[in-house]
Amino acid sequence: MSTPDVRMSPTAAVGLVASREISTRVKSKAYRASTVVMLLLIVVGIVLIKLISGGNDADSTVGYTSATAPLAAPLKAGGQAVDEKIDTVQVADEAAGRAKLADGSLDALLTGDGKSVHVQVKKDLDGKLANVLQLVSQQVAVNQQVTALGGNPARFQAAIASAKFVEDPPLEEPYDYNGQQLVLGIVAGILIYMSLLLNGQSVAQGVVEEKTSRVVELLLSTIKPWQLMAGKVLGIGLVGLIQMVVIGAGGVITGLATGVLTISVSAAVGTVVWLIVWYLLGFFMYSIVFAALGALVSRQEDVAGATMPALMLVMVGYIVGISVLPSDPGNTFAEVLSVIPVFSPTLMPMRLAMGGVPVWEAVVSVGLVVLLIPGLVWFAARIYRNAVMRTGAKVKLRDALRAA
Amino acid sequence: MTGLEIDGISKRYGDVVALREMTFDVRPGELFGFVGSNGAGKTTTMRIALGVLSADAGEVRYDGVPVTHETRRHIGYMPEERGLYPKMKVAEQLTYLARLHGMPAADARASVGKWIERLGVAGRRDDEVQKLSLGNQQRVQLAAALVHEPRILVLDEPFSGLDPVAVDVMSQVLKEKAADGVPVVFSSHQLDLVERLCDRVGIVRSGQMVARGTVGELRAGGAVRLRVDVPGAADGWADGLPGVKVLGRTGPVTELELGEGADDQAVLKAALATGPVREFAREQPSLTELFRSVVTTEEVAA
Repeated sequence: MSTPDVRMSPTAAVGLVASREISTRVKSKAYRASTVVMLLLIVVGIVLIKLISGGNDADSTVGYTSATAPLAAPLKAGGQAVDEKIDTVQVADEAAGRAKLADGSLDALLTGDGKSVHVQVKKDLDGKLANVLQLVSQQVAVNQQVTALGGNPARFQAAIASAKFVEDPPLEEPYDYNGQQLVLGIVAGILIYMSLLLNGQSVAQGVVEEKTSRVVELLLSTIKPWQLMAGKVLGIGLVGLIQMVVIGAGGVITGLATGVLTISVSAAVGTVVWLIVWYLLGFFMYSIVFAALGALVSRQEDVAGATMPALMLVMVGYIVGISVLPSDPGNTFAEVLSVIPVFSPTLMPMRLAMGGVPVWEAVVSVGLVVLLIPGLVWFAARIYRNAVMRTGAKVKLRDALRAA
Repeated sequence: MTGLEIDGISKRYGDVVALREMTFDVRPGELFGFVGSNGAGKTTTMRIALGVLSADAGEVRYDGVPVTHETRRHIGYMPEERGLYPKMKVAEQLTYLARLHGMPAADARASVGKWIERLGVAGRRDDEVQKLSLGNQQRVQLAAALVHEPRILVLDEPFSGLDPVAVDVMSQVLKEKAADGVPVVFSSHQLDLVERLCDRVGIVRSGQMVARGTVGELRAGGAVRLRVDVPGAADGWADGLPGVKVLGRTGPVTELELGEGADDQAVLKAALATGPVREFAREQPSLTELFRSVVTTEEVAA
């Protein structure tokens, strides 16, 4: 009788389990559909932002007649001062201008003789444009007064424009949060939260599936419990990572290509890299806990209840982040939480995307999670080993930990 | 060469003793039948042999050496709790299981083809397991135990849920495996099947092996019964014969049990003294009767 060589390294065993997880998941319609839907949501979202905010390059277009032509330049300049891009277009006469107002190609029309500011719109005057017009009309009034007093309005305006105060260096350098980076941070937070939730639950459900179908007994007669658990976590983690990279890269590329995202390419890539690092850290930290908690129950219906304690921690981090950080990126409470391992996977990537995180905080938070993982592996493997063969009622956590 | 040895295995769950010094061996090329009532400890013994459970004491050896994780990859196991991935395709699943047992990918695929053909599920190779009938799922489960060409077979209730055709295929496969020199141990409640197939039988009760040997040896160990057809005899004709116990009489037939020191020739003489004897038969108990007597008498004694 031949003696086949059945030696298998732990790595080979883990790899075999992981590759089954990957092929099962990648082949599943649910996975493909969810990846495509999430990618589409992000790409479509960015394109929509582009269409709404930047479909027309200017924020508003104002028409002027030959009589009101002198007002066009001050209007443009005034717009620049308040961050409102105003385009000016000359029209033949007021009647032609009104026609353009009616068809929507003009937002406002400067009428009258140009001695004072008269404006006409189709329905409502835009608030920002109104502010600019107010500035221009004040300027016109000042110019008229200067001329009446015998001065030169041009020189007067030049003198006014060149007057600037000088700011001495501040005692503490504040971080200048960029609006786009804040949005990026929010998106990073949502992505990582969803990934942890979906993939973490997948791990717990996978464990319960093996328990419910009893296939676990056959598996454990060939490989060790930790190998089965590690293979599952690695496989699902990799599949989740592919999803994350596709969505993250798709979003950033679309953003940069459409010009919606105006931050530097290196900052954008940095955000994606941090997102991946934190996804991996968060996923491994939470999924091994999910695997252990999943092993305690025998029915899919009980998975949600069993994994609730760990889910709560993910949710707390996310909720604090999403509700506090966008309005107050430097919030001390969020800053402290973002270094604590259980909350850092959701909070830290948001803060990193928003910017202004001291290097030491980034390093310490990563280090703490890395240190915590071996402990969690030990803890989870113990629970898993003791609980995974016990079907029926939910195994108490205390029993699972105590049994040898 | 010694086969699979279960040596003094004990296991407790809290205050409940599941196994007490369970000991037996299965020699290479031998079919060993493992019988006992529900909860007697058969499944626990097999789980410990497979390393799925750990024992409190005792040792499982193969070929004289304690069984390790490597050795266990040579075991074909059919758990009592049948289980396969419900959403995985038959061939894919079997290939995966063969590879988990250390078989190279190409060999695994070839072996899967061979076994699903043999067990009559080749036509369902690309169907999800959950779409198969219960009987066909059983066949796939059996294929899972055989696909990696095991050198030891441990099967928990392999015949339960099988149709008669599948039972025949299964019996044939087990006999072939044994003929190849594989030690085969299986548990079953179908005692007639055990009696027909097995070289040796072990009867287990309350976590202990209470009887063990060939079916012939076990029968010989049981009390001998006599069936005597004496139409002319009066009631009580056999009373007073040394070591003889009258079990009962139905019409002309009297059933007797011979105790220690009893002489069947003395019984025959007594019977002839009453008139003609139409039948005088020495009856060996069937495995079912043996099983019943072993299990019930011990339970009374306990």
